[in-house]
Amino acid sequence: MGRDTLTGSRIRERRVIAGLKQADLARRVGISASYLNLIEHNRRRIGGKLLLDIAGVLGVEPSMLTEGAEAALLEALREAAASAGAVAAETDQTEEFAGRFPGWAEVLANSHRRVAALQEMVQTLSDRLTHDPHLAASLHEVLSTAAAIRSTASILVEPGEIEPQWRDRFHRNINDDARRLADSSKALVSYLDESGTDSAGAALPQEEAEAFLASHGHHFAGLETGETTPEELVAAQPNLRGSAGGEIALSVLSLMQQDARLVPLQPFLSSIEKLGIDPPAIARQFKVPLPVVFRRLAAMPDGRLPTQVGLVICDASGSILFRKPVEGFALPRFGASCPLWPLFTALTRPLVPLRRQVSQLGRSERHFDCMAVGWPEGAPGFDEDPVFRAAMLILPLGSDHPTEGTQPVGSACRVCPRVQCPGRREPSILGDGF
Amino acid sequence: MDQDVGRGTGRRVLLIEDEPNITEALRFLLSREGWQVADHADGATALDQILDVLPDLVILDMMLPGRSGMEILRDLRALPDFEDLPVLMLTARGQSRDRELAERAGVSRFMTKPFSNTEVVTAVRDLVAQARASTGASSHP
Repeated sequence: MGRDTLTGSRIRERRVIAGLKQADLARRVGISASYLNLIEHNRRRIGGKLLLDIAGVLGVEPSMLTEGAEAALLEALREAAASAGAVAAETDQTEEFAGRFPGWAEVLANSHRRVAALQEMVQTLSDRLTHDPHLAASLHEVLSTAAAIRSTASILVEPGEIEPQWRDRFHRNINDDARRLADSSKALVSYLDESGTDSAGAALPQEEAEAFLASHGHHFAGLETGETTPEELVAAQPNLRGSAGGEIALSVLSLMQQDARLVPLQPFLSSIEKLGIDPPAIARQFKVPLPVVFRRLAAMPDGRLPTQVGLVICDASGSILFRKPVEGFALPRFGASCPLWPLFTALTRPLVPLRRQVSQLGRSERHFDCMAVGWPEGAPGFDEDPVFRAAMLILPLGSDHPTEGTQPVGSACRVCPRVQCPGRREPSILGDGF
Repeated sequence: MDQDVGRGTGRRVLLIEDEPNITEALRFLLSREGWQVADHADGATALDQILDVLPDLVILDMMLPGRSGMEILRDLRALPDFEDLPVLMLTARGQSRDRELAERAGVSRFMTKPFSNTEVVTAVRDLVAQARASTGASSHP
């Protein structure tokens, strides 16, 4: 099953709910009843204006008719239910809830995402208080100096005689310490001030960078032509300037620029026209490593490739460093992903490309062609262990694609329905009603 | 480092603190009260210094260059004959977590900076008196 299957069924379902006959709906959107019948039975693809028209007549958001948006929403709702702890949400009715109250479902999903983002930030801040060596050293310095001043000053004000050379010495000490205290407290305040503005947007650095990249569709025409530099692009974003998110965005953009020089846009697109999405062949043609081709595929302008392309890059700890989502493949926002992703398998056999057809379990099974490769990052050395990374391309497969031999994978354990999974880390909150 | 420390008097204090002006103020105060004060500023060699000086009480700063006061305390408590040596710990981080860690490591008393002179002097006096009462001896082996 693929997206089209569901869209057709959704239209049928919505039409019945609206009490419209097939012929009525067909007439109002200007198509024949038999054509609508084919659509409803998932025999014809539908999209674009026709989809919008049908959604308009049925009085629903177009996204309600397409599977992707709904899958993402359901995913978020399940995560929200999972994190609610003791409160038992009716997870078996998630779909019904999202279907009947799409607006409220969005509100809940958004609040959940927001809570997750804030939790992450609280964690970051508390980590910082505990582990930030600069902050700890700075506070220690201020308090130690204050302790010295307090101790010395109270000796001086005590009644009774102090020998003049001691008194002079203590005066000098207080004077020195007072100056030090002024400097160190000023430094502390400016440090805290700076870090305050960091979190003003209340978004995590990686999220900020991702939002920026996503808002450009992961494509920057100026970088392709060399007309703009990564620095200029980041500088043009007020919320990224000088922030940790800006640093992340800058490193992603710099890599994009480097990749674009190695594999220029036009030759790359012509090569794809000739070879199809065949990363090893393209890598051979341009004499570049596979990850460069992966990243180039993810940096192409919308609509220029025969299919949508998603990309995730992780390090050896499994942390996701880069994500370009693709419709229908859920990438957990926070926390660990499914260990069955070919991405992680690639980490265990570096430099050996692997290709797997996977299906992500969810309300409906969607199929994807995944290509992954792991590699040691940076130049090798005898005295240093390399840092490994892996990248995985995610290409959606059409509904007509044969599904034998497909590997089931999830997004995150808590919202994955698969029973008896060798990779399971924690119980799922879902029943087996899928 | 002051080497002029009498032995066997039961009035020796070793002050391990890297802030020279705190050291100077405490040394002045404690000397005036009749204590013999030795001082040391380096965390890495602090334990050797304790074994060398054999003080009746140690004032130990938590954050020292080389080695943290907490590590020094743990090592000290693991040595035979030093389970009961009074240790007064000074810290600029008053969090309950640190206090708990220090207590688990066997600190005798915990004091946060900035402290008052009277507090320190009283604590030194009390801790040494307590140690003497409980062991019945006037000085360390």
